[in-house]
Amino acid sequence: MRISKSWIIALKDFKVFRRKKYIIYSIVVIPLMVSILFPVVIEYAVIKSGGVPAAELATLLPAFTFFYIILAGVIPTTIASYSLVGEKVEKSLEPLLATPTTDGEILFGKGIAAFIPAMGAILAGGTILMILMDRVTYGALGYDFFPNWNAAIVLFLTVPLAVILSVEWNVIVSSRVSDIRVAQQVGLLLVLPFGGIYVGGELDIVALSSASTLLTIAGIIAVIDLILLYVAKATFRREEILTRWK
Amino acid sequence: MIETVNLTKKFGDLIAVDGITLRVEDGEVFGFLGPNGAGKTTTVRMLCCLISKSSGEARVAGYDVGNEADSLKIRKLIGLVPDNVGLYEDLTAYDNLDFYGKLYDCTEAQRKENIQRFLTMLGLWDKRDVGVATFSKGMKQKLAIARALIHDPQVVFMDEPTANLDPESSKTVRDFILELKKEKKTIFFNTHNLDEAQRVCDRIAIINTKLMAVGRPTDLEKTVQGRRTVIQVGQATDAILASLRKLPLRNLVVDGNVLTIDVTDPEMENPAIVQVLVQAGARVQSVTVAGSTLEDAYLKLVREEK
Repeated sequence: MRISKSWIIALKDFKVFRRKKYIIYSIVVIPLMVSILFPVVIEYAVIKSGGVPAAELATLLPAFTFFYIILAGVIPTTIASYSLVGEKVEKSLEPLLATPTTDGEILFGKGIAAFIPAMGAILAGGTILMILMDRVTYGALGYDFFPNWNAAIVLFLTVPLAVILSVEWNVIVSSRVSDIRVAQQVGLLLVLPFGGIYVGGELDIVALSSASTLLTIAGIIAVIDLILLYVAKATFRREEILTRWK
Repeated sequence: MIETVNLTKKFGDLIAVDGITLRVEDGEVFGFLGPNGAGKTTTVRMLCCLISKSSGEARVAGYDVGNEADSLKIRKLIGLVPDNVGLYEDLTAYDNLDFYGKLYDCTEAQRKENIQRFLTMLGLWDKRDVGVATFSKGMKQKLAIARALIHDPQVVFMDEPTANLDPESSKTVRDFILELKKEKKTIFFNTHNLDEAQRVCDRIAIINTKLMAVGRPTDLEKTVQGRRTVIQVGQATDAILASLRKLPLRNLVVDGNVLTIDVTDPEMENPAIVQVLVQAGARVQSVTVAGSTLEDAYLKLVREEK
């Protein structure tokens, strides 16, 4: 596989994304909103109300970084659905497939195009969250809660794996629908299990403050990644695309 | 340049292309003529290595269609104008072509030169920085043609490139194809526009799932049996008609002063008919041959198949 070919495709997609308001919105506004909203909630609903002791506050905070795994399901969905279904709608896949590029190079290019902006947005958002959260909680905790190993596992291991999962899932979804909004709606179903884990963390059912739990979750996602990679590759074959994609 | 032997494509039980054998020479404009659903697009897709063949053989520029290693080489040598233009509407005309130039490994200098050259030839250079979304259908079609040529391919496949275009845009596209013909490009041209095929193509294949006929447009016209010679005389008297009936004619229909005679080979039979008419005292005002167009050949072949 020639990475240069995939990179050309990704760069073209970046150029297209710059003109799509809803993609910009999902990359910039959603992570920024989440990253500011959580510290504000902690500041006003928890610390200023004096409702939660410092020890409990420390167990509450890890779930906020886990929320970025939910974003890892949301942001690539917006991008990948446009990138793939958008090409279907514009019927631009046939001339692209007629170029001397392999199916794998095109698929990888589409993957990069969704992965890089999503990861960039999530890491930037995560950094903002950690800085603001430390400012808000320092008085109550007496130390900077972030960064820590658990946050590192979430942001540098689990989130990338979840983004890959989302991209693969969206490749499969895109082969079955021909409307960008439908692709996004179906693509977002991926968020449900992550949301369940997040809620479980907030309710103390899942120990999101435990590194072993986070690594287990990452391991499960990695296995699903491998399975979906196989399915996505089988779906993204030029003959399939031209004769069976709806 | 392009060669197929018993090329077949099946989709389940449906036979889309049935055992096509043909040969397209280097530098030839080859028309692929057939009704909707005849297998034209499927054939082009097989030859462009976009879909696999079910059976048979096909070679493009000496490379084997169906061989994985040769597929990339074939795709590098060919340009495709698909039936749907498939342009990136959010990008400019220049960016669309530049993207494809990069995928075909053209250098920056080559890309700049070819983009300017083809956009100028097609009258789009002034619109190079305009978003494709604002382009008319004709402009998009021209841009799709420029895209297929950006890497200077040896073979260009065009799938109904003038479909849905206004007459002026169609003419521009046709003229451009004739320009490419001067550059000795091999052009495989799918169409169901008979007039266009006749104007542009060196040879034509008529397909309706199976290959019905191949030849130069004039040769195909001659394949039509049951052609009619229509003769207008000053006055069709009984004496004139009696002398005409002495000839071994297959059918003679008289409508006032217009005589319609079924002929097999008008070029051979008409001089004798006219001679008899003149000797019988007829004043021959006009002689025309009906049912001798490519359209007749096409319709006859397609209807026979049905």
